[in-house]
Amino acid sequence: MNIKTITLAVAVAAALAACGGQKSPSEVRIGHVAPLTGSIAHLGKDNENGARLAIEEANAAGIQIGGKPVKFVLLGEDDQADPKTGTTVAQKLVDEKVNGVVGHLNSGVTIPASGIYHQAGIPMITGSATNPQLTEQGFKEVFRVVGRDDQQGPAIASYLAAEKKPKLVAVIDDATAYGEGIANEVEKTLKAQNIQVLPREKGTDKTTDWKAILTKLGGENPDAVFYGGMDATGGPLLKQGRELGLKAVFSFGDGACTDKMQELAGAAAEGLLCSQAGIPPQAASKKFLDAYKKRFNQDPILYAPFTYDAANLLIAAMKQADSADPAKYLPALQKISFNGATGPISFDDKGDRKDAEITIFTMKGGKIEPIAVVKAGKTLPYEEFLKSMNASK
Amino acid sequence: MNPKQAAKLRWVGVVLVAGALAVLPFVLAQAGTSWVRITNYAILYCLLALGLNIVVGFAGLLDLGYIAFYAVGAYAYALLASPHFGLHLPFWVILPIGAAIAALFGVLLGAPTLKLRGDYLAIVTLGFGEIVRIFLNNLSRPINLTNGPRGIVGIDPLRIDGFSFAQPQSWLGLDFSGPIKYYYALLVLLLGIIVVNLRLQNSRIGRAWEAIREDEVAARAMGIDTTRLKLLAFAIGATFGGVAGGMFSSIQGFISPESFVLVESIMVVSMVVLGGMGNVWGVILGALLLSFTPEVLRWTVQPVQRSLFGRTLVDPEVIRMLLFGLALVLIMLFRPGGLLPSAVRKRELTEHGS
Amino acid sequence: MDVFLQQVVNGLTLGAVYAVVALGYTMVYGIIQLINFAHGEVVMIGAMVAFSVIGALAPLGMPPLVVVLIGTGCAIPVCMLVGYAMERLAYRPLRHAPRLAPLITAIGVSIILQHAALLVWSRNVLAFPQIIEIRRFVFLGASITNVQLAIVALCVMLMTALALLVYRTPLGTAMRATAQNPQVASLMGVDINRVIAATFVIGAALAAVAGVMVGTYYGIAQYTMGSILGMKAFSAAVLGGIGNIPGAMLGGVLLGVVEALGAGYIGDLTDLCAYSLLAPRMDACAGGGHFILFGSNYQDVFAFLVLILVLVFRPSGLLGERVGDRA
Repeated sequence: MNIKTITLAVAVAAALAACGGQKSPSEVRIGHVAPLTGSIAHLGKDNENGARLAIEEANAAGIQIGGKPVKFVLLGEDDQADPKTGTTVAQKLVDEKVNGVVGHLNSGVTIPASGIYHQAGIPMITGSATNPQLTEQGFKEVFRVVGRDDQQGPAIASYLAAEKKPKLVAVIDDATAYGEGIANEVEKTLKAQNIQVLPREKGTDKTTDWKAILTKLGGENPDAVFYGGMDATGGPLLKQGRELGLKAVFSFGDGACTDKMQELAGAAAEGLLCSQAGIPPQAASKKFLDAYKKRFNQDPILYAPFTYDAANLLIAAMKQADSADPAKYLPALQKISFNGATGPISFDDKGDRKDAEITIFTMKGGKIEPIAVVKAGKTLPYEEFLKSMNASK
Repeated sequence: MNPKQAAKLRWVGVVLVAGALAVLPFVLAQAGTSWVRITNYAILYCLLALGLNIVVGFAGLLDLGYIAFYAVGAYAYALLASPHFGLHLPFWVILPIGAAIAALFGVLLGAPTLKLRGDYLAIVTLGFGEIVRIFLNNLSRPINLTNGPRGIVGIDPLRIDGFSFAQPQSWLGLDFSGPIKYYYALLVLLLGIIVVNLRLQNSRIGRAWEAIREDEVAARAMGIDTTRLKLLAFAIGATFGGVAGGMFSSIQGFISPESFVLVESIMVVSMVVLGGMGNVWGVILGALLLSFTPEVLRWTVQPVQRSLFGRTLVDPEVIRMLLFGLALVLIMLFRPGGLLPSAVRKRELTEHGS
Repeated sequence: MDVFLQQVVNGLTLGAVYAVVALGYTMVYGIIQLINFAHGEVVMIGAMVAFSVIGALAPLGMPPLVVVLIGTGCAIPVCMLVGYAMERLAYRPLRHAPRLAPLITAIGVSIILQHAALLVWSRNVLAFPQIIEIRRFVFLGASITNVQLAIVALCVMLMTALALLVYRTPLGTAMRATAQNPQVASLMGVDINRVIAATFVIGAALAAVAGVMVGTYYGIAQYTMGSILGMKAFSAAVLGGIGNIPGAMLGGVLLGVVEALGAGYIGDLTDLCAYSLLAPRMDACAGGGHFILFGSNYQDVFAFLVLILVLVFRPSGLLGERVGDRA
């Protein structure tokens, strides 16, 4: 039996090896990884579309690298939002000798995968993984074009503190890496501003009954509640909070900053404050928005402008270095200064984007609407920010 | 065929298998190092399934929280060899520590549940597995022990002096990449665990477990110390889980509680049940089958759907889970001993009696 | 707001839901000593069917109560069918097999139902149509909504109806006879297969109602909602004494209250800074700080702990009789 299994495996492997394509000399391969199946497949597809658009535009423009015309090829992979699959897929891209990678989507998957890219010396840029730990590992190949949790948390907390002037705030999270991370940052910022924060309450990413926690908080009468978690749990939280008669202002991070809140919480969602890393998709450059709409027949959902920029950054760095060899263009990428769909981009020495923006939204008439943009510690009303974006172009 | 010839033939077989296993990673690497990685995960599942086989297959105790021991081993390794506490102990110190802690947890779980049997035990072990995960997820405050849901990054790879299993190296003109080195380490562990499994099965302890599985009351009447033997089964099974967990930590370099959810426990149980409870080769077959299924589906179902419909209509993950569910039901209905039933189990499961 | 009273109200509502689901577990266990692992999934199917029906009818402008009733009316037969199919295909052939076998098929059935639901209703969290306008009443400092009141009332009605069915009808008598001794019951002319199938079907109908209640109460439905609810309801059934119908009700309500009070107070109780003996010696407590060992994050542990403690110290539960091993 054993021998049979093995011979079979060998045969399969040999067949696969034979199928593996030959790489043409002028082909530059860019990998893109995100969950294309599972609960956030739609976000993964959105990310991939962003990168794909950048690649197609580059091919249409007929770019030359090292004196030769090159063709960019996008290898789209699915990591199922699972850390184990993430490393397997990362290895697969390394095997296929990609010149650079855009991805992954989730922080929990990006962190283990980044080790593999680091070892292979292949630059990767994520357009959506916001966990600070990713760039704290000291991997010089790892970049991020989106704001970190420890930029977003302070942004929403400062906005809350400045606009609503709460004296007592309750902070809740869903005990996931994302939820806890952003809630910690919010708590730190509030405390630094001498606002009293209640001991942390936690649910899970599947909690539907928040009443026990909310009742306990209600006894303390907080002026504001911050929840770090996704819309699926944030909706019931908000709804039950109002049912229990809590008057506090509710504020959420980007996981629960979607139009779906209206559906899940009904009228209780009105007046909700929430934040998203980066600029809202509708504030990305008009050129990008039009091109995306034309190519995919829909508007970008969330992070597509960032993956679009990420892919363009790789290409721009290759052009500057006049080489698609990772070792050669990596230094160019580190020093790059690029004007993308999400505004000007350059990296600090950790690989994080300098002065990444965070946008604050509010729920108004069943839709979330941007009201302010926080950048480099300064809060700009949304209208003014739009003007400055347009002026910079 | 006379016995001498048979023995000779067997040796030839062993040598062939050994040779095939030795060159396997290089053949796989031709198709891509990712296949070596996939194989490594499959071997990890073999380790887990063989560990659980001792509890479920040999002693007949259905454990639905087995992944907890894997988690304990993984966290023991991660905490003692990562920047989290600034400890970087060598692996030959940590793996035994992890195994010992896991064994302790095995006894902790086993002791209060000794009197429970069958279905109740299954539910309690399920609860135990969830409790361990919830604790790992929440022990980031008031004192940060596990770093909670954010997990532990920068876990050291296996290292013997200057020889690191994560660094690629060239020897005798062959390229040994990180995953290939790990393959050999895992293979050695797997062989060790297979030997332990086989030896246990045919030992006094193994026969005593079998007696307990068949009829606990009768076993006790025959003078078998059921308490000690059941605890021993839990402890040994947990030890294997702990070792596998440590290996997982070192290969992955990053762990978080989301790798140790209930579905993983059920997966390992499915491997044991599908392959054949109590039969070492059956269990290995089950583990290999189930761990390669998602990859096979990724290479077949997804491209086929994409070319037919332009997008993925049904996730391979969903198909995989549906197949698992169906397999569990069908196996129990039509082939209760699994694909490769153990001799005793076959008898037991086909005989009617209540 | 009176926090304690409010927590009790929260717990009672939650407990009422647990109780109805626990009835399904306990009936099946009482009659054939099988833990129907997939029972939680039947609740989920009930919620999903009701979600689709109510969602489709909501825009037509019928009175909300009628819409919800039609939704429930559609969910019940679907769940009954699922319950019947489950018994007929996955459990009946294994009735005389060793105990491990039906348990493993039950896990298989539960995986199949979950992923089949995923295919039909997608993976997303579905917003359960909120057509019943929520009214809040404040009573002795605790607020309670009309939906909560309806859930508790409905639970009491269902339990009464079930008790009448089991103790006052021929079918109930047959069920009790089968539970006591299937062989003798069949000798007495009880069609065991029919009685067991009926038990599954009744349990599934209760699950359907529970699914609608959960959906309406929390406003969401998802394909995974059944497993955790099922686990908790099972714990409730064990707590009350599995196989015992009043026990399931008691266990459900108790577990609900324990969870609510636990989540509400465990943080305060395990805050070392609240104890005058320790507080002055700990840096963390300076200036009104806290050092909370276990917070509400351990909420989900309670059900499992209750389960383990009951099984270890009083395996027959609160109201159950000592059941001998039959397998």
